[in-house]
Amino acid sequence: MEQYQGKTIFNKIAIGKVFLYQKRETQVKRKHIEDADAEIARFDAAKETALTQLDQIYAKALKEVGADNAAVFEVHKMMMEDEDYLDSIYNMIRGELINAEYAVATTGDNFAEMFAQMDDAYMQARAADVRDISERLVAVLCGSSTDMHALNEPVILMADDLAPSETVQMDKSKILSFVTRHGSSNSHTAILARTMNIPAVIGIDIQDEWAGKTAIVDGYTGTVIIDPDAATLEQMSEKMREDERKQQLLKELRGKETITKSGKKIHLYANIGSVSDVAQVLKNDGEGIGLFRSEFLYLESETFPTEEEQFKAYKMVAQNMAGKKVVVRTLDIGADKQVDYFNLEKEDNPAMGYRAIRICLDQQEIFRTQLRALLRASAFGNISIMFPMIISVQEVLESKRILEEVKAELREQNIPYKDVEVGIMIETPAAVWISEELAKEVDFFSIGTNDLTQYTLAIDRQNPKLDNIYDSHHPAVLRSIQTVIENGHKGGAWVGICGELGADTTLTETFIEMGIDELSVSPSFILPVREAVRSLE
Amino acid sequence: MKTFDYTITDELGIHARPAGELVKEAKKYSSTISINANGRKVNATKLMMIMSLGVKKGVTVTIEADGADEDAAIAGMQTFFSENL
Repeated sequence: MEQYQGKTIFNKIAIGKVFLYQKRETQVKRKHIEDADAEIARFDAAKETALTQLDQIYAKALKEVGADNAAVFEVHKMMMEDEDYLDSIYNMIRGELINAEYAVATTGDNFAEMFAQMDDAYMQARAADVRDISERLVAVLCGSSTDMHALNEPVILMADDLAPSETVQMDKSKILSFVTRHGSSNSHTAILARTMNIPAVIGIDIQDEWAGKTAIVDGYTGTVIIDPDAATLEQMSEKMREDERKQQLLKELRGKETITKSGKKIHLYANIGSVSDVAQVLKNDGEGIGLFRSEFLYLESETFPTEEEQFKAYKMVAQNMAGKKVVVRTLDIGADKQVDYFNLEKEDNPAMGYRAIRICLDQQEIFRTQLRALLRASAFGNISIMFPMIISVQEVLESKRILEEVKAELREQNIPYKDVEVGIMIETPAAVWISEELAKEVDFFSIGTNDLTQYTLAIDRQNPKLDNIYDSHHPAVLRSIQTVIENGHKGGAWVGICGELGADTTLTETFIEMGIDELSVSPSFILPVREAVRSLE
Repeated sequence: MKTFDYTITDELGIHARPAGELVKEAKKYSSTISINANGRKVNATKLMMIMSLGVKKGVTVTIEADGADEDAAIAGMQTFFSENL
């Protein structure tokens, strides 16, 4: 049993097998070996595992995408059993006394090269198949992979770091917990863990040997235990059951109002990052969606998502929420969320760079496509539109002007839409100071406390070294929130908080005293916040 | 040794999937079976080698079988080619 200490992201416990997520470009190292027979036996065992994986993927694909599309995995199996391919690997291990990973990678490269040089486009494309089977073998040999399809049971996912583009593609039902070496408590992996209601620990020095071992992630203490002994396992299982009982108690708050004892009512909404998160919102009795991050549409895609694709996603969320409010934030790409096809230049200071509304007002076609999709979807539910990263009244007027133009276009084409509420994120000190003027132009404010803290305190929230001084409770941040609420109300706008701070139950009373109208939190925090509100006078 | 010629009619030529089936068929016999095409000769039990021939539609290949069960092997191969390629 070994124990490691990191920093916790979400207070829960997970017990399961470790899955090491490694990026594909992982370099295979050439190593000298002593015992060729043992190395060949190791390779043969890996090959059997890989063939079993391919059988499973084939069976899954057959069910999901049909025989024609599944056939490629059958071909992969046959290629993996090809005599020349295997002989080449055996000969390299025996003749050069090198490790199996290196023999597979080199052989794979040689065969892929052979196909790549053929003058037939179909055969050239087979080079990718050879690379694919070689990568699969190397992954099994290293005990790691990025391929989660072959997993039979949910795992504790460990990685150096995870990019938003990687996490969106993962099958979330297979993940019990995240453990990463890098990242900060405000990184996107952290936000994802909170949304998914699973424990996560960062700052752990992950080791390759952990692959496949049993581990415990204790989100209460930030501890990761590898190969726990029976007593520890029993103790933690008991703690986990206790957790579930507590969750059960919270469930009794479902269907109850979010209201203080003296009758002050708060709108308690949820933050979501994809269409599938709606299930979590409904499960936790969210009264609406206060922040629908639309980035996932752009991150999941290889190219700009079409109006139709976006329309379908927004419509589905609006319909599933059945008339409850759905606030969609328009594109917030840039800074730490990068998408290849936007071709954004590398910036020295991306958090203060070309991002969010700045991109939208500069490349208006992208913006108009999104607004059209949103307005079309508005006919199917209760959608509001929110613009991020606002620093001036001018930006709001310009955004609203474009929105009106898109509406006029839809009217001309007889496409139905509803009049949507328009709001803005308050996440820059500039917006705080001019909130009185901004309030006259919009229906609502939503305070993004993560960025507001970053910009107010001049602390990069992605830098783990600064986690200890990144303080959302800083008086400067709290006074900003107070100012925004007062100015919003003066100008007739309702005011909410959609940043992480909204879920901080130690501040719920403070926010209510300040006059907050809405709190939007990760789905897993809805019931705890409701409990906090109901306990207040 | 027995041989026969066959002209490929499949649109994609000897592509990955039938090549795989061909290997399975060839492994049923003890005779050495080879395929001659585009000036090269490869063993019919080796998938990647067969694919590397890059045989397209309209190309005529020569199939050889040499060994104890060469008659049966040639008959089996003739059936396979006419049904699959």
